[in-house]
Amino acid sequence: MSRGTLIDLLYLFSATTFVLALKGLGSPKRARHGNMLAAFGMLVAIVATFFRPVDGHAMYHVPLMILGIVIGLVVAVPVARFVKMTAMPQLVAIFNGVGGGAAALVSITEFMHIKSTHPATYVALEVLLGVLIGTFSFAGSAVSFAKLQELMTGRPVTYPGQQFINGIVGLASLVTIVWVLVSASQTMIWVLLGLAAVLGVLFVLPIGGADVPVLISLLNAFTGVAVAASGFTLGSNLLIVAGTLVGASGLLLTRLMSKAMGRSLGNILFSAFGANVTASGATERADGRSVRSGSPEDIAIMLGFASRVVFIPGYGLAVSQGQHVLRELADLLESKGIEVFYGIHPVAGRMPGHMNVLLAEANVPYEQLVEMDEANSELQTADVALVVGANDTVNPAAVDDKTSPIYGMPIIHADLAENVVFLKRSMRPGFAGIENELLYNPKTTLVFGDAKDTLTKMVAAVKAS
Amino acid sequence: MGNALLQYATVFMLTIFVGIEIIAKVPSILHTPLMSGSNAIHGVILVGSMTILGAATTNAEEILGFLAVILAALNVVGGFVVTDRMLEMFKPKAKTPKAGATSEVAK
Repeated sequence: MSRGTLIDLLYLFSATTFVLALKGLGSPKRARHGNMLAAFGMLVAIVATFFRPVDGHAMYHVPLMILGIVIGLVVAVPVARFVKMTAMPQLVAIFNGVGGGAAALVSITEFMHIKSTHPATYVALEVLLGVLIGTFSFAGSAVSFAKLQELMTGRPVTYPGQQFINGIVGLASLVTIVWVLVSASQTMIWVLLGLAAVLGVLFVLPIGGADVPVLISLLNAFTGVAVAASGFTLGSNLLIVAGTLVGASGLLLTRLMSKAMGRSLGNILFSAFGANVTASGATERADGRSVRSGSPEDIAIMLGFASRVVFIPGYGLAVSQGQHVLRELADLLESKGIEVFYGIHPVAGRMPGHMNVLLAEANVPYEQLVEMDEANSELQTADVALVVGANDTVNPAAVDDKTSPIYGMPIIHADLAENVVFLKRSMRPGFAGIENELLYNPKTTLVFGDAKDTLTKMVAAVKAS
Repeated sequence: MGNALLQYATVFMLTIFVGIEIIAKVPSILHTPLMSGSNAIHGVILVGSMTILGAATTNAEEILGFLAVILAALNVVGGFVVTDRMLEMFKPKAKTPKAGATSEVAK
């Protein structure tokens, strides 16, 4: 068996591990093994590649390759290991972006390499797709990162003539593609790369921070497609299989996510959701209604008289790192014979399932985490619904206000409970930038302050009573 | 050359169906790890980056290839480590007897 055949067999093995890994990631029990299996398959493919003959000779620049990989290891491992759990979404965004960038570079470099052999038109088309989609994903991910990291506003960015400008850039890209197909001009491929970067930025700007997770999932799928396109250019089955797997499953996953938010993908991408901020940010509004606020000690007394308490955590809890104190409060209440559970909205936090990860980190028993539908049926008999750093996911406007941008999104009906308590930093609206009527409900009490501080005070007060 | 293209297209088509089929029944709590895991898998572009660097004959190709290797290595390493860290949180815990917290109203 020739060396080339052996390496192709190892690639086949790697491709198989990727399929099995994705399958494993679908079940909580096997997910971690699945990920490790894929990592092993990847290692096999990378090691095999060092020995692969290219253009009839052994690999050139092996030390440079090793240096590049070492740089990747030295930077990525500490970042991935030690960044706070709340920063997970932007981390995924940036690692996805660099993958897209790599795919674009691979496509363009391969084109430079084979240019002298006058490749067929379809090869040029593969290259163009790799460059276009890879760069788009890179630029889009970079803007998503900036939005999530709050380096720029998380609100949708809109400006007059937006559609028109997008149209012009899109048209220019199309013209460039045709130009390259006709002339095989290398310069124009670089022009396309620039245009794709602009397109990626323009595409992401009008998408609001709350929708960015869905966007990252979409860009992840795009990077997969870009990798598959590079695979066509390089003639690599491994790249085609891995890229296509990610592209296809990523597109489906994106649809599932937007469904969990009760909206269509088109609506998420093109409606500049939450651009019109309607909230006043004051504790008293023009119509004279005001909110009622209380101290942590008041709430501790209220909890002491309850027999059933539902915690509804949101991103604010994660930001204040209050999940451990929340669990302490839950344990304390349980020791007093009060029933406690957590109602988890599918998109609580900033990504689907994000809240489960954060609470699991604080050792909250899995059985106390209740999904939205079940939480809603339990809330009718609950004495207190304690909303910790959540807002949009309990906003009744999603049910009764047809004009609200979040109309139709499934919510947790905190308003069904006997009493509603909001732990909030301020009257600022949630991530989607929409006023929440529930704050003005007579059975609602607000406790202002950092969630962790407030919870700590409540724990002390419950202990003292 | 036409035959090779046809073969790649066949693999491409079939993989689309595999990709869709395989995640059709994933619970929503695993959406984030799944996204992160597939993010790591497209890091396989590292193999492509190594291939173009290994074939590079001009300075421009070397520089672009080296850059691609670094970016791809970041993708693959970061992707797997982040996913593993997320999934660490899903380690099975010992079942507690009060598992009925949500199943019935306290009597």
